Amino acid sequence: MIKFFLMVNKQGQTRLSKYYEHVDINKRTLLETEVIKSCLSRSNEQCSFIEYKDFKLIYRQYAALFIVVGVNDTENEMAIYEFIHNFVEVLDEYFSRVEPIDELPKICSALEPQQACFSPDSSSFKGAASTTPIY
Amino acid sequence: MLNRKGRRWGADACVVGFSGGGVGAEFGDPLRERMVVPSLKLQDLIEEIRGAKTQAQEREVIQKECAHIRASFRDGDPVHRHRQLAKLLYVHMLGYPAHFGQMECLKLIASSRFTDKRVGYLGAMLLLDERHDAHLLITNSIKNDLSQGIQPVQGLALCTLSTMGSAEMCRDLAPEVEKLLLQPSPYVRKKAILTAVHMIRKVPELSSVFLPPCAQLLHERHHGILLGTITLITELCERSPAALRHFRKVVPQLVHILRTLVTMGYSTEHSISGVSDPFLQVQILRLLRILGRNHEESSETMNDLLAQVATNTDTSRNAGNAVLFETVLTIMDIRSAAGLRVLAVNILGRFLLNSDRNIRYVALTSLLRLVQSDHSAVQRHRPTVVECLRETDASLSRRALELSLALVNSSNVRAMMQELQAFLESCPPDLRADCASGILLAAERFAPTKRWHIDTILHVLTTAGTHVRDDAVANLTQLIGGAQELHAYSVRRLYNALAEDISQQPLVQVAAWCIGEYGDLLLAGNCEEIEPLQVDEEEVLALLEKVLQSHMSLPATRGYALTALMKLSTRLCGDNNRIRQVVSIYGSCLDVELQQRAVEYDTLFRKYDHMRAAILEKMPLVERDGPQADEEAKESKEAAQLSEAAPVPTEPQASQLLDLLDLLDGASGDVQHPPPLDPSPGGALIHLLDLPCVPPPPAPIPDLKVFEREGVQLNLSFIRPPENPALLLITVTATNFSEGDVTHFICQAAVPKSLQLQLQAPSGNTVPARGGLPITQLFRILNPNKAPLRLKLRLTYDHFHQSVQEIFEVNNLPVESWQ
Repeated sequence: MIKFFLMVNKQGQTRLSKYYEHVDINKRTLLETEVIKSCLSRSNEQCSFIEYKDFKLIYRQYAALFIVVGVNDTENEMAIYEFIHNFVEVLDEYFSRVEPIDELPKICSALEPQQACFSPDSSSFKGAASTTPIY
Repeated sequence: MLNRKGRRWGADACVVGFSGGGVGAEFGDPLRERMVVPSLKLQDLIEEIRGAKTQAQEREVIQKECAHIRASFRDGDPVHRHRQLAKLLYVHMLGYPAHFGQMECLKLIASSRFTDKRVGYLGAMLLLDERHDAHLLITNSIKNDLSQGIQPVQGLALCTLSTMGSAEMCRDLAPEVEKLLLQPSPYVRKKAILTAVHMIRKVPELSSVFLPPCAQLLHERHHGILLGTITLITELCERSPAALRHFRKVVPQLVHILRTLVTMGYSTEHSISGVSDPFLQVQILRLLRILGRNHEESSETMNDLLAQVATNTDTSRNAGNAVLFETVLTIMDIRSAAGLRVLAVNILGRFLLNSDRNIRYVALTSLLRLVQSDHSAVQRHRPTVVECLRETDASLSRRALELSLALVNSSNVRAMMQELQAFLESCPPDLRADCASGILLAAERFAPTKRWHIDTILHVLTTAGTHVRDDAVANLTQLIGGAQELHAYSVRRLYNALAEDISQQPLVQVAAWCIGEYGDLLLAGNCEEIEPLQVDEEEVLALLEKVLQSHMSLPATRGYALTALMKLSTRLCGDNNRIRQVVSIYGSCLDVELQQRAVEYDTLFRKYDHMRAAILEKMPLVERDGPQADEEAKESKEAAQLSEAAPVPTEPQASQLLDLLDLLDGASGDVQHPPPLDPSPGGALIHLLDLPCVPPPPAPIPDLKVFEREGVQLNLSFIRPPENPALLLITVTATNFSEGDVTHFICQAAVPKSLQLQLQAPSGNTVPARGGLPITQLFRILNPNKAPLRLKLRLTYDHFHQSVQEIFEVNNLPVESWQ
């Protein structure tokens, strides 16, 4: 089950965060800091799956933006990896701009911030991948 | 950086202060604000926040805006409410408090405009949750929206319900959601199905409501609906075994769906890098795994399909590999044919050779799961696994380490140890402890010769001395003590190691002990096994004094060194002035323990010189159970002191543990205390004159019958070998007095985290009927801290054509098994 979904830039600022299980607000920032620190400290050579406390973190880097998904043990890591890419493709399609990826959240928030918040929900609904193709 | 946001500040006070005190008068007066300053659009706010150069500046911007927003909420401006709430939600995401927006969410949800509703529902999802009573107020709005029939609105409502719906809300709205499950529009249906998943998680009784529609939903063609249904069925099956049995009927249908997916050609809608709908495939495979586990019939139906998926999937891209990985997991878990299992292991082997690190990671993880059941198959890939040890990636090398340790057996132990020791030298610090303890454990199990064993332990102590477990020192001293022929060799090697480096405490302690015991062999200088070295008496004494005086030595280490010096007084032939001098200096040492020893030894020199030789004789082999001789008493005190002073003990090696069961988190709290020191009376010399006595043989522990069902019985018998008191050997015997054979018998066990468990291979997995040859299996449990033993057993077997699974904790474990 997906526990949380984060989009973070290289400086460590959260661009988008969606939690599928309740986490206290001050614990959230702590969690995000630690997660980002472990993702940023990895080089290109290392694999995209990290073990963090009792989650597994699966992250993917797109230029200056990191997308991190935290899952529990039962998930297939590679399917989630694919899912992250699918999500980015959906965003690309929807907002029809392909380059500078760090601008992407700016665009999201400029046009329809709610859409950006809802689109994790349309592809992954309450912690389970829901639709795959770009409907 | 983000950690600055962890700080809290009195937000309310500041915000109120701002709107009252007036940094800018225009923010203080709501009427003027509406006329003069239009509210910021979200985009502008975001730009402003990003433009702030420092944390303080950003906070200022946000505080101003929050004041603005609060004022606007107070006025009740309906036109811009959604914009204000949107800004508030953005600010909330950055980590600032936003609870004053909760009521606004309700108002927005109740409004009729879609824009308002959208922001309102989003706010509800982010700001409201079960712990605030306000959340119940939206139940009515959701109910209205669900029955309205406007699809986007229904979608929003379902989304919100599934994110933050509490148990009461779920119960109230279950009928609505059930109705929506059967509506024609796929957009709403798929959301309704996933909302049902959430409802079942919150209120398990609702399973009965959502179970009947599942069969019908499986016939749908829309992938979104199928995906949702499979998730729903998975959730139902995981929650209740009755549902599991019910859904076994749909296995053929699932097989059919998956087959269509796999053989279908390219379809623009569903294809991701050449694989048609990998997400749906993965979900179906996962559900098949749950349904096929321990069920012969379902597993048979799936065999062909799994082979087909495994061979047909295109593995050049990640999507294909994801599907293949899930297939392998499923093959491993169900009762698959032997050929299929071999196929699975080969696929994993292929993954290991792949250049993509992600794939290698998942391969190593799955092989670790497989290693217990298909040990020989995994052994074939041992060279590749060992290669992976050299990875720079921490996750990969950790996995490779666990797998390598699991693969060590008596035939490959020398080669593997070499690799592992090389790894120990170069591995990152957090893996060192695991690696060291793993090496020591494996060495204990499979050491071909004592000398090799001693060498290995020595090597580990020199490389990773600070990371080894507390009892490594005691183990090594006992090992050396027991290996008569190797005394000269060990003392020579230890002396060399000590001469090079006195900072690794465990090594120093063992070396000091050895030099004390076997100093005469060291000075004799005629060991055959390593090159002869002429060691001078003075050098030895100087070395021990150096250890005594070094600031790196722990008090326990000093104790060892002092005792060693004392013992040397009888072993060396020169005069003892130097030793006497050192001993008398330490008679006024600040450390009480050391001072006491020194005073005692001094007295030994002065008043009891005639007894000195007898007292300081070579020690007999240490029996750690029995009553202590004087040296042994000091030894155990030293060991106890060491465990207090030693660095954090390492985690027990978990690679041998089958963790299909929850590990019992026994009384681990009180286990961490070292064994208590018994205070020796000050100055009394009585205990110096205690004669060693033979410890009584340990009484045999009675057998225990732990399980009985329909003629199948399970007995445990306990043995505690006297030479290793931390070890407990349990022999599990399964007997069958019924009329039917017991087949596919598997017994698994779990113990609390403070103990270590190793299961050896059982003698078989079939018990013939009417008292046929029983199955025996040996468990080895290491319990160095003498923690209370708890044991949980899981049995699975087939009996009378039914598969039986039993999980139970063993009660009435005899106290002698762990004390």
